[in-house]
Amino acid sequence: MARPMLSRALLIGRLAARDLRHRPSEAALLLLAITAAATMLSLGLVLHGTTVRPYQRTRAATAGPDIVATAFPGPNASQPADLAGLTSLEKARGVAASSGPYPATWASLRGGGYLTPAMVEGRDQAQPPVDRPELTQGSWIRPGAVVLERGFAQALGVGVGDRVTLNGRWFTVAGIAVSAAIPSYPSVCAVGCILDSPSLPPGHPGLAWTTRAVARSLATPGEPLVWFLNLRLASPASAATYAATYDSTSTAATAPYLNSWQDIAAADGRQVSTEETVLLVGSWLLGLLAVASVAVLAGGRMADQLRRVGLLKAVGATPGLVALVLLAEHLVLALTAAALGLAVGWLAAPLLTNPGAGLLGSAGPPSLTPSVAGLVVAVALGVAVAATLVPAIRGARTSTVGALAGAARPPKRRAIVTRLSARMPVPLLLGMRLAARRPRRALLSAASVAVTVTGVVAVLMVHARFDANPSAYGQLGNPQVNRVGQVMTVITVALIVMAAVNALLITWATVLDARRSSALARALGSTPSQVSAGLAVAQMLPALAAAIVGIPAGMLLYGSLKNGRSMTYPPAWWLASVVVATPLVVGALALVPSRVAARASVAPVLQAETA
Amino acid sequence: MTNTGDTSLLRARGLRKDYGKANAHLRAVDGVDLEVAAGETVAVMGPSGCGKSTLLHLLGGLERPTAGEVRLAGRRVDNVGERAVARLRRDAVGFVFQAFHLLDELTTIENVELPALLAGRSPRAARRRATSLLEQVGLADRAGFLPSALSGGQRQRVAIARALANDPLVVLADEPTGNLDSAATVEVLRLFDSLHAAGQTLVIVTHDSRIAATADRLISMRDGAFVDETRLTGGTGLSRSTGLSGSTGLSGSTGDAGAAGGGLGAFAGLEG
Repeated sequence: MARPMLSRALLIGRLAARDLRHRPSEAALLLLAITAAATMLSLGLVLHGTTVRPYQRTRAATAGPDIVATAFPGPNASQPADLAGLTSLEKARGVAASSGPYPATWASLRGGGYLTPAMVEGRDQAQPPVDRPELTQGSWIRPGAVVLERGFAQALGVGVGDRVTLNGRWFTVAGIAVSAAIPSYPSVCAVGCILDSPSLPPGHPGLAWTTRAVARSLATPGEPLVWFLNLRLASPASAATYAATYDSTSTAATAPYLNSWQDIAAADGRQVSTEETVLLVGSWLLGLLAVASVAVLAGGRMADQLRRVGLLKAVGATPGLVALVLLAEHLVLALTAAALGLAVGWLAAPLLTNPGAGLLGSAGPPSLTPSVAGLVVAVALGVAVAATLVPAIRGARTSTVGALAGAARPPKRRAIVTRLSARMPVPLLLGMRLAARRPRRALLSAASVAVTVTGVVAVLMVHARFDANPSAYGQLGNPQVNRVGQVMTVITVALIVMAAVNALLITWATVLDARRSSALARALGSTPSQVSAGLAVAQMLPALAAAIVGIPAGMLLYGSLKNGRSMTYPPAWWLASVVVATPLVVGALALVPSRVAARASVAPVLQAETA
Repeated sequence: MTNTGDTSLLRARGLRKDYGKANAHLRAVDGVDLEVAAGETVAVMGPSGCGKSTLLHLLGGLERPTAGEVRLAGRRVDNVGERAVARLRRDAVGFVFQAFHLLDELTTIENVELPALLAGRSPRAARRRATSLLEQVGLADRAGFLPSALSGGQRQRVAIARALANDPLVVLADEPTGNLDSAATVEVLRLFDSLHAAGQTLVIVTHDSRIAATADRLISMRDGAFVDETRLTGGTGLSRSTGLSGSTGLSGSTGDAGAAGGGLGAFAGLEG
């Protein structure tokens, strides 16, 4: 019993291996396409939540507080901050350790050629048990020297040894540090800011640590002192509940306000939320394009596979054995591609993430959870099964002789297109008829282009939003814009490259499928240029439709992700350019394989069809 | 090959076609000379692989010769650009293939009108011409049928009508009955007979002696070269054999030069 099964498995393995070796380029292309799909899918999945871990790393390295309590003065500085109320928290139930209270105020900082507001926090020379900012460069504060938060220093473009002014007074930058007690630049104000003084420049403040004396001396009636107290709780996980309960029960105007580490982590996370969304959506769009590539390649192999099914049936193989051979082939490719895709996606993810300079280190290798791996492998296997089932079922339904002939599905007849195209110039006549012959392929081509245009339009809308709010970040600008811009550029380029690859693959599949009709058109007197232009037109027509559909689809995509923000539309000429450029680019790409095909000799094709 | 004096419409000189290189070298056509007069029907016979189809492709500009020249109505076919040779095929040559090569997604009449549309004729003129040709090949009632709904003989008649769509100077037919049964062969045979009678210049590559018998001349080919030429009379039988061999070409025959081009005005009625 075991022996026949073993020999059957060996036979299946041998037949599958032989076929893969016999058509190495096809196998390689299919492997590449499934790998691309798996990579994009992995990338999208593993990027989820990559910003949480850098914050936690920073929190661990800096003995980050569980709670930051802030005592603000009363409205318009009518009452001083309730310092006694703040310090009473040190001994509150559940508090295990504390540091502070530290004085803080806001001042004008000039450095790196910029004038921007800064939050100035007065600290001691000695590092406390809770919230010890981690120096990434230089040394800690000393009289006449400040330490800048890393994200702020990077935005300013200043480093250790550079000189800055605070309200006109000169200081040397002694060091650059990170902290988990306050969200990094430009989200410092997520824990509360007083920016009432008209003398402060516009923009989002960054954090500067100075001595307590300097911080106190910089306070003005417009920018009075506030006090920060860092608390460590016996149960860090309960910090959010602790802070929420305290804040909801404190009614006095000057009562301390508590922020939990979870609040601060969320504020840091919000900085990169747009990047995360862009990456995730972009990865899904790229995954769709990669799946389209697989569909094109699998479809292109169909006639060959059908012929192979016929051959195996002719020599006595049962339909089941034939299906197993095909499945074995595709499984080998799919599993290899899934493994490659997971590895590449996992390794590439950190290159696309930048959790903000205010946190320690990069995102690092994102977590490759079993669920992520499972989903990617399942999708790859799904592709393999689909690629197997269709020829296997068609092969089983087709007579052996019919399958041996390996005839492609008869082309579709579209009477309206035929009638309409008769009135067109020859390239359009050929192109329209070619596109109409294989509506599913034309649809796939259109879908591929539409996905890309959708992504590009959504990116244009993000740019339009950024362009519409340029002044909110003052002279320094919004660092998020730069980071999101970089990520969007990477995604856009990847989308366009994948769509271009698809356009080439689809054109090539069309060229192969239309070999006989193209040869015939040339035998009947069409020039090679007319035939290649016709093949290009066959790609341009679905691309034009896709570009038109992609505009509202991109707006819808952006609308579904705008997170409550109002819609900002890009200029009409941007969108018009997309509609015009898309079919032109697709046509230019299609010309390459089209011209190669159109220059091939006609006679062998017509002869082969006779044989 | 046969000299038809000033009346020759199609002329080949020293035609050679090689495929492959070094060890895999194959000479498909080996120094062929041929002259076909306007209105003449020439049949080329020979065993499979002797180079008949390659010769036809060279004459029609579908392939370029390795050496030698081809002239159609006095114009070189072999050394002109792709665009020029495409125009020549469109305006001066009609092809009939063994496998019919009809487009499956087009109806009978749409297949027939295609060359005229590719030549830039108006859709109305192309349709008018296609209708007339279908009437002449006896398939007017099948105009709206797809090729899959036609018999083999009917498909080949459609292919012949398509070959005539642009009033070609010469029709080149490659095994036109190779895929047909006896009854369908008779249909096509009668059609070629009518074409011949109407003065259409024809070069037919065939295995079928009945088709060959309709020709003015019968040329035998072996290993890429002409080995024999026979002048026939009345399209009904053999008249004499010249017994030529090698690649020296045939000579000494005279053909009845008919009118160039033609059409099917004089066709005997054919049943659909």
